[in-house]
Amino acid sequence: MTLTADVLVAGGGPAATWAALKAAEEGASVVLADKGYCGTSGATASVGTGVWYVPPEEKAREAAMASREALGGHLADRRWMARVLDETYERVNELAEAGRYPFPTGPDGTPLRNGLQGPEYMRRQRIRVKRAGVTILDHSPVTELLTAADGSVAGAAGYRRQAGRSFEVRAGAVVLATGGCAFLSKAFGCNVNTGDGALLAAETGAELSGMEFSNAYGIAPEHTSVTKTAFYNYATFYRAGGEVLEGAASQGGRSVIARTLLSEKVFCKLDQADDAAQRAMRLAQPNFFLPFDRLGINPFTDPFSVTLLAEGTVRGTGGIRIVDDGCATTVPGLYAAGDAATRELICGGFTGGGSHNAAWAISSGSWAGRSAARFARAVGRGRQVSAAGGAGLRPTGTSANVDVVEVIRTVQAEVLPYDKNYLRHGDVLRTALKELDAAWDSVRSGLHAEGAGLVPARQAAAMVAHARWMYTSALARDESRGMARRLDRPGLDPAQHHRITSGGLDEVWARPEEVTA
Amino acid sequence: MIELVSAEGCITCDKCIEVCPTNVFDRAADGLPVVSRQSDCQTCFQCEANCPADALFVAPQTHPLPEGSPEHDEEHLRRTGLLGSYRREIGWGRGRTPGASRAIGPALSPTGPPLIS
Ligand SMILES: Cc1cc2nc3c(=O)[nH]c(=O)nc-3n(C[C@H](O)[C@H](O)[C@H](O)COP(=O)(O)OP(=O)(O)OC[C@H]3O[C@@H](n4cnc5c(N)ncnc54)[C@H](O)[C@@H]3O)c2cc1C
Ligand code: SF4
Ligand code: SF4
Repeated sequence: MTLTADVLVAGGGPAATWAALKAAEEGASVVLADKGYCGTSGATASVGTGVWYVPPEEKAREAAMASREALGGHLADRRWMARVLDETYERVNELAEAGRYPFPTGPDGTPLRNGLQGPEYMRRQRIRVKRAGVTILDHSPVTELLTAADGSVAGAAGYRRQAGRSFEVRAGAVVLATGGCAFLSKAFGCNVNTGDGALLAAETGAELSGMEFSNAYGIAPEHTSVTKTAFYNYATFYRAGGEVLEGAASQGGRSVIARTLLSEKVFCKLDQADDAAQRAMRLAQPNFFLPFDRLGINPFTDPFSVTLLAEGTVRGTGGIRIVDDGCATTVPGLYAAGDAATRELICGGFTGGGSHNAAWAISSGSWAGRSAARFARAVGRGRQVSAAGGAGLRPTGTSANVDVVEVIRTVQAEVLPYDKNYLRHGDVLRTALKELDAAWDSVRSGLHAEGAGLVPARQAAAMVAHARWMYTSALARDESRGMARRLDRPGLDPAQHHRITSGGLDEVWARPEEVTA
Repeated sequence: MIELVSAEGCITCDKCIEVCPTNVFDRAADGLPVVSRQSDCQTCFQCEANCPADALFVAPQTHPLPEGSPEHDEEHLRRTGLLGSYRREIGWGRGRTPGASRAIGPALSPTGPPLIS
């Protein structure tokens, strides 16, 4: 199946749907291709998010911007923060008015718009995208980009897994809104997020930024998926014997939980919440209570064991590097939005519990959609294209026998363990990187998949690539800043007040990049 | 993981097959959804939220449950009110008020706004 459009949007979460809406508003014909189902797929659809929604009052805006600068290691950019606050405010109001999202009203009659229930938000976004005339391809993961002779991006190819056939979209511009990478950790709603966009982008020569900020871990009741963490602010953490685990906390003490989990179980009770808070929590986050209600646990009175699930760059801040206000990448015709793109511009090296990611998905999606539409108008149609995909599609060697399941197991063994990715140490990172480089070499030379097998093969390749950019960048940041902490380099080094750009596939590289205002 | 498809309750609308982000279901010859790839289930509860007949149950565990578990017992799930409970709580379904409109949670700091998600 071959389609032609002005703009192709890859993804189906908030960033993708805002991109599709705004590109269509610009008059572009738009195809949106999602790996899963646009409306239920991606982190937001299952999770719901707080949103950085701050009314345009000078004091409130100033406080919002100032509050996170130190946490993020002073790598954010005030001009971008201000733009995102403006854009998010307008778009969320649009969602309330045109999208009829049923925001609650506070006791004093003021509308509350600082958060979005995932299922409700994304089902409305799907309806809006459809009404805007966008062609939605569900269950249609994009597997590689197409480029024109001059190197600009001119569409993408993929596989329709329910229809059982491949597809191609020739487009004037492409927006990558494929989410971050959580390495199939089963963190809430995140198993569709395998970093595909970053691989696709890198194969056309695009760069990444902030990949060292990729060690987010969410708290969940043990053996469950629900990594919603806000309410752990009401928690006390305990050891098996019942004594309090000193220093453990959701904010500012999560690494204590990680360290303890390496050798023993950690328990938790939300025993700081009074009756009113307990009742209100149920209204705000019905999904938070799913595991407890179904396991017969009263989280306010019964101690339950917890785990930490990797959320990689989903709640990290690294991603494809953005080079202008329209969210262009370094490759003409290629735009990036949401978790697929770096979020350092607005929150530097830390986001956890911040609402910044949701605001970024809305804003960057809207900008990318608009600028992709304008770019597409200028290039016109009918360009000759060639396929840009490598690993898993077009092996460089002859040895076959690369087992995708084995590759995934190898990556997971290097990125999921707390004592490798969370509690980072240079020596450990270097050893892990050797394993990952070897995994890449075997994938690149020997993995050849077709048809339905293409999707897991490309996911595996994307995860290996992601992990290598992560650890190469983590080693290049020879200090501790934001979430990129190193046990062997504690403390912030003022001389390293820069971002880290990375890229490359067979040869991975990283270089410092000045923080510009 | 997805643990129950109620053959009795299902109205064969295909919704779960369509919405599952990780493509866990197939459609059987009789139109009923079958769990063909349970190991791909990401325990996101989306199928359950979207089933108009409350005919699905997702257990919170991210590993499959042994045969004979109460989570496979429709009668038990109905009696305990668990079947269809997510849908009820988010206010989806005819005659219900969307949960989003009453989602006023606690404020996490004395000066902060209440959480609404
Ligand atoms: C537990 C949890 C809690 C969170 N809480 C908050 C919060 O309170 N505030 C906040 O701001 N942020 C929060 N976040 C982060 C937030 O969810 C993400 O930043 C947001 O979902 C990003 O939107 P997105 O559209 O970029 O990605 P996603 O919502 O993840 O969507 C990605 C989409 O891309 C699709 N896709 C993937 N690969 C391909 C491919 N190859 N081809 C086509 N489509 C593809 C997927 O199917 C999916 O539809 C939280 C995240 C988690 C996991
Ligand atoms: S819980 Fe989510 S992943 Fe599992 S079957 Fe249902 S929709 Fe699919
Ligand atoms: S959504 Fe419910 S009613 Fe529809 S096919 Fe699936 S199980 Fe049956």
